[in-house]
Amino acid sequence: MIPSLPRSRWSRYATASYVVAFFVFLFVPLVVVAIFAFNDANYPAPPWRGFTLDWFLGRGGRIGLFGDGPLLKSIGTSVIVATWVTLLSVAVGTANAFLLERGRFRWKSGLSLLMLTPLVIPGVILGISILAFASRIAQLADDVWGLELDFLRPGLPLVVAGQFSYIVSIATLTIAARLKRFDVALEEAALNLGASRAAVLRTVTLPYLRPALVGAAAISFLMSFENFNTTLMLVGSNPPLTIRMYGQMREGASPVLNAVSLLLMVASALIALALLRRPAHDAADRQA
Amino acid sequence: MLLLVAPALVWLVGLIVLPHLELALISLRARVAPRVYELSLSQYRTFFDEPLYWHTFVRTAAMSILATICTLLIAFPAAWYIAKIAHGRAKSILFVLCLIPFWVSETVRTLGWMILLRESGVLPHVLVALGITAAPVEMLYHDTTILVGLVYTSLLFMVVPLISAFDSLDNSLIEAAYDLGGDDWSILRQIIVPHAAPGIAAGAVIVFMLTLGNYLTPTLLGGKNSLWFTEQIYTQFITRFNWEQGAAFGFLLLVLSTVIVWLGLKLTGQRFGDVMRRS
Repeated sequence: MIPSLPRSRWSRYATASYVVAFFVFLFVPLVVVAIFAFNDANYPAPPWRGFTLDWFLGRGGRIGLFGDGPLLKSIGTSVIVATWVTLLSVAVGTANAFLLERGRFRWKSGLSLLMLTPLVIPGVILGISILAFASRIAQLADDVWGLELDFLRPGLPLVVAGQFSYIVSIATLTIAARLKRFDVALEEAALNLGASRAAVLRTVTLPYLRPALVGAAAISFLMSFENFNTTLMLVGSNPPLTIRMYGQMREGASPVLNAVSLLLMVASALIALALLRRPAHDAADRQA
Repeated sequence: MLLLVAPALVWLVGLIVLPHLELALISLRARVAPRVYELSLSQYRTFFDEPLYWHTFVRTAAMSILATICTLLIAFPAAWYIAKIAHGRAKSILFVLCLIPFWVSETVRTLGWMILLRESGVLPHVLVALGITAAPVEMLYHDTTILVGLVYTSLLFMVVPLISAFDSLDNSLIEAAYDLGGDDWSILRQIIVPHAAPGIAAGAVIVFMLTLGNYLTPTLLGGKNSLWFTEQIYTQFITRFNWEQGAAFGFLLLVLSTVIVWLGLKLTGQRFGDVMRRS
């Protein structure tokens, strides 16, 4: 059960093999995706027919990832959407964090609970409700003022709004958690020493919040990049990567999808590593 | 102060409260002529009259509960190992290894399962090579496949709260129970599970919600016979452009999700705010 209690050899082997099986289960799908990005066949399936880089570099007969215009364009779309969602989520999340941690007003606990609700609403429903509401406003603008508000029709602005509506909850939680541990005496000392409010914010509070801001930004970017449910309901003619991959996976398979996936895996692994290394710095900062 | 309240209000009112009110209104109206509507419950009546709809609904709920239980059973021993048996460097490496697959998009993970399980895929190929089956079998498009996919997608959200729950359990309690003659089963039932209950509840609530609202995994791994409720919502809303029916389905899903989450929290004596902050 725990190392300090006697365990039979059988139970030790059983535990160890369970853990091995668990991690095999976790990694087999990813490993398989990575391997078949290099298989020299037109279909990502066994048997192994030799190593090729066609699915990355191919042009002409086999179109690889870097020659596939629409696919590259959908990656670009995802990056644009994720950038907007990240900027908005971190900005609004910071404001929310100050509101929750510093504000004194009635209904504060109600407000903080309301801020969590987007996390429990299924993404599909967030998507259709925003779609319906946006189309109502567009209709209204058209009827009353004769305005044609294109950004309220399915498309990237709505996708950004839909993803933002719940990702900002996560950004708020992340930033508020760090602001809660902030010692207000530091701000007071700076004010006593003659700093203006803006200077205190810029030189004391925001630098302290920096790790949480970076963390929230990274999480927002990743969640936006990977979002599927909400995006599916709001997307127009310009699909981000996940939607495009989904469409291609329904039609059939091509190793190009494996190549894109491998690229995504490497990118997320790099972001994850960068984030996981950070807490060490953070602890060092606090000791210094 | 006003400057801080404004963004929160724009977000919560403009993107959450009003859109859901709009959705409720749409679900409660029926079209009597082009652009002429009247108040009606016919959408909800259709749901109960048409067996396909409520079958799908019940099926989605049942499979989500089953997936949540399976996720808990699979994650429990692994989380225990990472929290209590592994130590030092091995512990942090194993923990990070758990996280890595979930930094990758669900689309990629599902692609992996499709390559593994489809008729021309890796696993049927291996089974033939080992002489277990004579010809490749189709392993996609079964209910079990959907379940495997859902459990896989959910594991992280169970493992992390479990590990933090186990980490806070003092080993000496287990040692004391052992000295007093407790066996593995009674220690598990009387010490570990009661201590970890908040973590278990947090994990179960999140896994259930994510599973219920999932779209990608059931439709890709289950194919045409996946019969997942979010798929019905999509069909009504986007494919058939029947917003009234789609909105009603959306609301039913929202109610189901809220009720089961509320029941789960009630039964285990947890508070919603605490659970969300813990995860």
